[in-house]
Amino acid sequence: MSIKLEHVNYIYSPGTAYEIHALKDICLELKDGEFVGLIGHTGSGKSTLVQHLNGLVKATEGRIYFHGEDIYGADYDMRRLRSKVGLVFQYPEHQLFEVDVLSDVCFGPKNQGLSAEEAQERAKAALAMVGLGEEFYYQSPFELSGGQKRRAAIAGVLAMEPEILVLDEPTAGLDPKGRDEILNQIQKLHQEKGISIVLVSHSMEDVARYVQRIIVMNQGEVLFDDVPREVFCHYKELEQVGLAAPQVTYILHALREKGFFVDENATTIEEARDTILDALRSGRQA
Amino acid sequence: MIRDITLGQYYPANSILHKLDPRVKLLATLTFIAALFVAKGWPGYLAATIFLVVIIRLSRVPFSFMVRGLKAIVMILMITVVFNLFLTPGDKILVQVWKLKITDVGLRTAIFMAIRLTYLIVGSSVMTLTTTPNDLTDGLERLMGPLKKLHVPVHEVSMMMSIALRFIPILLEETDKIMKAQIARGADFENGNLIQKAKNLVPLLVPLFISAFRRANDLAMAMEARCYHGGEGRTKMKPLIYARRDYAAYGVVICFLAVIIALRVVL
Ligand SMILES: Nc1ncnc2c1ncn2[C@@H]1O[C@H](COP(=O)(O)OP(=O)(O)OP(=O)(O)O)[C@@H](O)[C@H]1O
Ligand SMILES: [Mg+2]
Repeated sequence: MSIKLEHVNYIYSPGTAYEIHALKDICLELKDGEFVGLIGHTGSGKSTLVQHLNGLVKATEGRIYFHGEDIYGADYDMRRLRSKVGLVFQYPEHQLFEVDVLSDVCFGPKNQGLSAEEAQERAKAALAMVGLGEEFYYQSPFELSGGQKRRAAIAGVLAMEPEILVLDEPTAGLDPKGRDEILNQIQKLHQEKGISIVLVSHSMEDVARYVQRIIVMNQGEVLFDDVPREVFCHYKELEQVGLAAPQVTYILHALREKGFFVDENATTIEEARDTILDALRSGRQA
Repeated sequence: MIRDITLGQYYPANSILHKLDPRVKLLATLTFIAALFVAKGWPGYLAATIFLVVIIRLSRVPFSFMVRGLKAIVMILMITVVFNLFLTPGDKILVQVWKLKITDVGLRTAIFMAIRLTYLIVGSSVMTLTTTPNDLTDGLERLMGPLKKLHVPVHEVSMMMSIALRFIPILLEETDKIMKAQIARGADFENGNLIQKAKNLVPLLVPLFISAFRRANDLAMAMEARCYHGGEGRTKMKPLIYARRDYAAYGVVICFLAVIIALRVVL
């Protein structure tokens, strides 16, 4: 048991003409070591939700428990929570500010009270994790390419060694190669370090390949919360809320309709390939 | 917290005030402010109060929004009141504590000063709450039109103003976002002494400035790409044209001013 949300509601600018009910009665539990995908159409409340996980915004209503402790309790240490739950914002490169990459990444660990040397060690390790080598340490963060900036910013959060890493659309605006590299690195972190990951995304394709569980949000509510193949079964409903299942789901369903015995619940391209090949072989034998 | 600044914040509603021509609202606000300084004695202020209450009613903006702008000037208000209260000489001394004395004239001045300032802020809030920033600068540009003859770059100034106004909410939002992102990295914007606090602002200000410059640059580029070349020969998508209700509003405002002047002369 690691993070538990109970009946969380959040309203932006309550009592004004601009009132927006961004989260409606969210109940969730994120377990240790999970790799969760959080998906939803633009404006469905994903970013709002993840900002609750480390206490940056306080729920208008409801409770959140981290390791069983109420984070809205009177003497709860929010700063400790924030170093346990690392949050990488949408477009994190906009928060870089230091003169060089290494000092920027050191910002988090230093705020945790580590000495300069310890902070540097953590920073170097974090930069290695995101694939930025020594040649970048003393470059200005503003002179990096978009993808490199993104990595430096992610490293800035990783250097705090969080137990849970929450990434808000880490691949927005990156090319396919940059996207795959970052997602692969995140997967490696999950597998090697056992960090829990919450990956916010628009793209089912991205998420299907990596996550163990998908939470689909729609207009501030949780629509589905299940393993990918179960969620993709509802591909018609997903379309209604402005999302889509991975393309393989559509191909497999179409093949199925044509009478091929494929497993339409395959979620990745590899699985789809296997089941199509199987179906073709067995078809030939029959 | 950051969003508490009402001045320059539009409140969408469907009221007669929202529909009025911005020029009317600008001139009416100026007139109202002038009237506040012309008014003298209780009757004058009573007239101003009635006028203001009716206007607020008509605007359909919740009253809590109107007074939100007052928060920003509470300090100034207090200081003005205190100075007027204690430092105005007068005939009758009401209270005397050590060297500080409150006189009848002082009390009156202090109360009227407080009312004036409050009405001034609330009155201008009514205008900014019912007029979009774009309309406001449009109106200003038209009203300042004659200054073009004196080679005052009216269009450029109003364009700069509307851009600045447009950027305020964007920059506030950006500040909020960057602040949160740095807090997530353990930054602390609340504790510490003044010097530490100032130092702690660096992680906020550097990205904020960079983003402001980036946005300004993008905007300039976008304007140039659409062949923007200043006010010469530029037409409006929604030109300002007076409707009947605008003339009626002018009439009401003139009546109000007349009442205030009459009250002052007669009493
Ligand atoms: N700072 C804010 N003030 C007021 N309303 C906000 C604010 N941030 C978000 N909202 C509103 O809350 C709702 C949820 O927004 P949120 O940013 O959580 O969506 P999202 O799922 O992250 O969308 P996207 O995929 O575009 O990032 C939206 O309707 C949005 O307009
Ligand atoms: Mg978002």
